[in-house]
Amino acid sequence: MKLAAAFLLFTAFTLKQDNLQKLAAVDVKGLDGKIVNTGTFSNNGKPIVVSFWATWCAPCKKELNEIAEVYEEWQKETGVKVIAVSIDDARNSPKVKPYVEQQEWTYEVYLDENQDFKRAMNVNNVPHTFVLNGNNEVTWQTNVYNPNGGVEDIYKHVKEAAAAAEKK
Amino acid sequence: MKKILILIPVALTGIVGALQAQIPGLGNGQIHGNFQIDAQYYNPDSAIGAPAVPEKALSNGFGNLIYTNGKFMAGIRYEHYLNVMQGFPVEYKGTGIPYRFATYNNDGLEITVGSSYDQFGSGIVYRAFEDRGLGYDNALDGARVRFTKVKGLAIKGVWGKQRTFFTSSPGIVRGIDGEINLNELLGHKMDSCKTTFILGGNFVSRYQIDQNPLLDMPQNVGAWSARMNIIRPKLNLFGEWGYKINDPTLGNNYIYKPGTALFVSATYATKGLGIMVAAKQIDNFGFRSDRDAAGNTAIINYLPALTKQHTYQLAAYYPYATQPNGEISWQAEIGYKFKKGTALGGKYGTSLTLNYSQAHGLDSTELHDEATTALGYETNLFGLGALYFQDVNIEVFKKFSPNFKGTFLTGVLQYNKNVIEGKIGYPIIMTHYIVFDLIFKLNDKMTLRTDLEHMYAKEDFGSWGMGLAELTIGEHFFVAAMDQYNYGNKHEDLRIHYMNAQAGYYWGTNRIVVGYGKQRAGIFCVGGVCRFVPASNGFTLSITSSF
Repeated sequence: MKLAAAFLLFTAFTLKQDNLQKLAAVDVKGLDGKIVNTGTFSNNGKPIVVSFWATWCAPCKKELNEIAEVYEEWQKETGVKVIAVSIDDARNSPKVKPYVEQQEWTYEVYLDENQDFKRAMNVNNVPHTFVLNGNNEVTWQTNVYNPNGGVEDIYKHVKEAAAAAEKK
Repeated sequence: MKKILILIPVALTGIVGALQAQIPGLGNGQIHGNFQIDAQYYNPDSAIGAPAVPEKALSNGFGNLIYTNGKFMAGIRYEHYLNVMQGFPVEYKGTGIPYRFATYNNDGLEITVGSSYDQFGSGIVYRAFEDRGLGYDNALDGARVRFTKVKGLAIKGVWGKQRTFFTSSPGIVRGIDGEINLNELLGHKMDSCKTTFILGGNFVSRYQIDQNPLLDMPQNVGAWSARMNIIRPKLNLFGEWGYKINDPTLGNNYIYKPGTALFVSATYATKGLGIMVAAKQIDNFGFRSDRDAAGNTAIINYLPALTKQHTYQLAAYYPYATQPNGEISWQAEIGYKFKKGTALGGKYGTSLTLNYSQAHGLDSTELHDEATTALGYETNLFGLGALYFQDVNIEVFKKFSPNFKGTFLTGVLQYNKNVIEGKIGYPIIMTHYIVFDLIFKLNDKMTLRTDLEHMYAKEDFGSWGMGLAELTIGEHFFVAAMDQYNYGNKHEDLRIHYMNAQAGYYWGTNRIVVGYGKQRAGIFCVGGVCRFVPASNGFTLSITSSF
């Protein structure tokens, strides 16, 4: 049995699962109507936060509104970019731009109307937030909105990703 | 046995090693996935109408695995229904791998074989999608091709059979969609143009053999739509019009009338203000890959409801779904943010959203032509039929202090239970609902959310009250207790408390939630699909994880 376990371990290593998860490359739609491949998301080597949300998801909106209050500060300190991906379908997708403007979000916002990006990133439910390093690799993720410092926790990981990028 | 156990990993290591050596780049492959397992133990409870479950406990679950390597992606989903939980379609039986696909994107040409999800335009002619929480999945099993080599031009085609539970629907679905972004296609010539023009169109055909001994069924049914989207920095105009040739189905009582669908929306959005208006008319536009299917199976298209999608439980008690046989509806929503430091904005700003939606049946005249043209009815384009649904509501979000914020929602809703639920003899049900959702940050480690709701529905079950308290402790733990009390029911023995409690623990991307108590019967809708969930009483467990 020990031998079997050792081989399994070896198999696992040869699959290189210790690699960081790459951001999936699928098509989403910008609020300007342009089709954008998520593989082209870029922030010039600085960290990115990708947050999946929906207009009908109260905790998602709480989280993104809380980030909006400190976003300017985050950008100044780490150069981070927040990308908010709405999974609203045709019923609610026309409400996305009005909501974004009403809340005065300055995030990049995309529509994932048929949830291709959500599926490719293995997101079960919204909210689900990813922190990416400068190479579009996932360094951290969470699938809840925690009102006890959940947003600070995201930022902690953004700062780690930014610090790691500077070292390079 | 021992030998086999040893041999498996040896073989696996060999295969992986060989593949890595022979196929360039395979060593960079990644596997990721997610899991969800739900289970419930059912106590029979005749007072709330919860039946005895022979198995006593039921469980649904799934696991997705996706392998990615550069431009290649492949995946499977294993699902189990042992046996299927109450409220999900009973056709989900046993276990299997109903979802598997492989995709390669080769310089602007992406080919997928196996299962695929996609939509054309807003989906009024074609949409393959899933909602695991509702048990809805009409993935297309076949091939999908996307062509995106030319900037500003996107063409996609699909060919396959729709998933229906663990089998597939009898019809074959073929479809093509094209979209042109004029500004991107014309490049520099349009650089100075602040207006973006996007045009699109699609054609979808279904083939199903005609074995009807009485009627002559069209075996090939075509449907198409054209759409246009005009986008300015603050303005967005969208319109889509669809047509379907005669398609007698169980859903439309086997009439031969062609179908039409029109969907228009306009939005205006600028800092602090968002406005949306939308309208649609649907006339005999149900589209399925099996003309004899009922319920939520074998649906090819998606007809979104133009109503507010409520998140609060009593406000969402009476949800609306588009009536594919015929409907006229419209919706308007205005959102405004009162700035910080103004009288209404206070110290942190105040958000206000007004929403109004209404849906009617078509104004139609029965033709009684079953023996001749069998068109069924004639539609008066400028008339309105019976009221199906109306909802007028106002929602305010306000932050009072760094430690106290809340949402207030109230509205009046009208609901045609006879049409929406297929019941007989109900008057239009009018409800008044009010919600206070308050969040108190008690200290660095604890947040309390209280959700107090009330709804009055005189023509149905009378008054409901609801209270929920949810305490989040630290970074990994929450407990919640809730009571929904139908205190105003005309029948005293039905004045029931639906009490339940939940506790959850989460870390990283794992979440485990346990619950115990009574849940009322209700209709739950997501993405245009509604599911009736019967009342239940018992213990629930839900585990999700992703990696």
